[in-house]
Formats: sequence, structure tokens, C-alpha cells
Amino acid sequence: MHEMALCENILQVLEEQAVEQDFAAVKTVWLEIGPLAGVELEALRFSFDAVTSGTLADRAKLVIIETRGEAWCASCAKLVPIQHRFDACPLCGGYRLEILGGEELRIKELEVV
Amino acid sequence: MCKVCGCGSDEVMVAGHAHHHDHGDEGHQHHGHAHDHEHKHEHDHEHHHDHSHHYGKGPAGAHVPGLSQSRMVAIEQKILAKNDAYAAANRRFFNDRGILALNLVSSPGSGKTTLLIETIERLKANTPISVIEGDQQTETDADRIRRTGVPAIQINTGKGCHLDGHMVGHALDSLAPQPASLVFIENVGNLVCPAGFDLGEAHKVVILSVTEGEDKPLKYPDMFHAADLMLISKTDLLPHVDFDVARCIDYARRINPGIKALQLSAKTGEGMEAWTRWIAAAHALAMTGAATLAAE
Repeated sequence: MHEMALCENILQVLEEQAVEQDFAAVKTVWLEIGPLAGVELEALRFSFDAVTSGTLADRAKLVIIETRGEAWCASCAKLVPIQHRFDACPLCGGYRLEILGGEELRIKELEVV
Repeated sequence: MCKVCGCGSDEVMVAGHAHHHDHGDEGHQHHGHAHDHEHKHEHDHEHHHDHSHHYGKGPAGAHVPGLSQSRMVAIEQKILAKNDAYAAANRRFFNDRGILALNLVSSPGSGKTTLLIETIERLKANTPISVIEGDQQTETDADRIRRTGVPAIQINTGKGCHLDGHMVGHALDSLAPQPASLVFIENVGNLVCPAGFDLGEAHKVVILSVTEGEDKPLKYPDMFHAADLMLISKTDLLPHVDFDVARCIDYARRINPGIKALQLSAKTGEGMEAWTRWIAAAHALAMTGAATLAAE
């Protein structure tokens, strides 16, 4: 995934929200990111600082909440934890998994002034 | 100027933002003292939701130092919400007109353009076709496509590694594809980034040539998860390479149990028939219930 493009999207959301909710600067951004979202977190942090420099989110703190990967195994009829898309079901070893959690790529909350 | 997005305003996003928001009480921007933090949770939440906007704008318009100025704003928005909105507009455009749009994705060098040209040659007599070509640089691929006689527009993403919904929306404005036609979108050669960016297509089609590794579905799972069809291409080279087709399909199905797989060679024509049949079936589905076609 292209972390720089994600950060540009985040900045766009911040700027729209700044008009809608009338704030001038962003101090903290909380993101919710899942292990299956295809995001390299270190690259995201680096890009975030680069993209927000000189904007309303200049020097804003980035807090990443990492969610858990979860899938429904059709064979076991159970929710099971997974880390990668190619993981087998930890209970039965099968691949009849439907991913239910871990793809999150969301802006959750902001601290603004 | 862009009808959908008014992208003039997007362009200024990095440069001009601050001006819109400081309404003369410079205070609220510059007095971000460290002690603001302590108060934020206790005080802010209740009264902020309604009139959160007017900090430091009391009767005197004064900022009171030491009083918490920072507040929390719940966003709960997908990071790619904007791209998704452009993609949804593109998808509406296609659906209304019964246009089948396919987003072709692969690594660089998988033979996407060659396959596309061969596909166009087989279909163009019966179906109007147009092509959106994505590459970082050069007009070469669009030129190759235009030689088949179908209109093509080249998007150079510059530094960008993928097409996005916004670029494709603009390309559609210029291309103006006919109702009931086919639109092929050849994405930038990259198995990573294009997976996350919806363009409004009906299907992503991932192309994997037998000169690559059969384990690519495991190495680039996001793309194989996002695709509905996998084309294993350059099968004429199978005798010369160690590529286990069955294992490749098995890997792809681990990622995406519903993915369909076809094998073909644009060079010998082997398997092309099944691919064009798949396109025809998807096209029939795309035309079903299209508003523009029903009105005619």
C-alpha cells in the first residue's frame, strides 16, 4: 500500500474537518489500522510527518491503534484470530476463512485546537 | 474544472488551509501551551458537540490563557473515503450506461499491454472499446493501444504508484465511452498499491505470467484478495520454466476462495477464447438493468 498517498488522504480529511468543525490546528490524530490493511506502520509514520509538515497538522502526534485480525472459519463455525491473509485456520488448518476484522483503515479521532 | 470534485480546491489543500480558519482570534492557534492537555477530557466533551467552534470567542473575543483550548473531535472515517466516493461516482457512470469496466493489475512486465491488444483485436468488431492506460511515465502504451483503432487515454501518475478514482473520473470525462461498451483500465504495473484503490470497476483482473513465481499470490495477498479473476499468462513458455500452475491456483484460493483462474497465451491464442467468454458474460451482467439502455 502506498503510505504517502494514505497520508495525503488523511490530510485532506483533516482540512475538510477543519472547515466543517471549525478548528485551526490538529495536535493528535488517532488512526485505527488492522494487520490486513496492507499498511507498513513505520512508513506511515514517516510519511505522516513529511506530508503534514507546514500544514494545519504540523508536528501533530500520530497515535496508531492496531486492531486484531479475525476471520470466520466456515469449517469450524468459529471466529478465529489471524495475522495474514494466507493464514490457515488455527483450529482446523483449513482455508475456508472469511475475514471479518483486521482490514481497518480509519481515522478515529482528533485532538484539535 | 472537475464536475464531480471541483479539484481546483483540492490543489490548494496543502498551501492555503490556514487562512480559512483563523477568524481574527489568533489566540487559539498560537497559544497551544502544554498545560492545555490536562483539562481536555474533563471539560470538553459535553459542551463541545453543539458549539464547539467558538473557543476564545467570548464577548471580548479573548483567549483565556490556561483554559483548555484543545478538544476532541470524533471522525470515524475511512482514510480512503474520498477515493471511495470518486470510485462510487465512476461506478454509477458505468452502471447507468451498461458499461463493463475492468481494472487490469499485475507486476511490470507480465505482458498486460500485449494481452490487452490481443483481446481488443478479438472483440472490437462487435463491441465498442476504450482504454485507460496508467503508467508513471510515457505515452508508449496508449500509442500501442491506439494502433488497434480504439480510443485510449494515457494517465501518467508521475511519482504515483497506482491509479485512483479521481484520475479515472477525469479520464472518463475525456474518453466519453459509449453506452454498452467495454472500458479496460490498465493499472500501473504494481501488485501492491493498486489493491487498495477502488476505481469503480466491476472487477479487478490480476495477471500473473508464468515467468514469475507461482507463489506471488502469497507474496502479494492483498491484490489476489481484491481480484475476481486471475489470468495466468504466457502459458506458451510453460515448458521452459518451473511454474506449477496447480500450486499457483491453490495459493490464490487460500487468499481468495472465490477467485476464478484462467490460463492463456496472447502469443499462441491458447485460452483466449475462455477469457473473451468471461468478458462477454461479465458484460451481459453489466448491461442488465442499466438505466440508459432501458430508456432506449
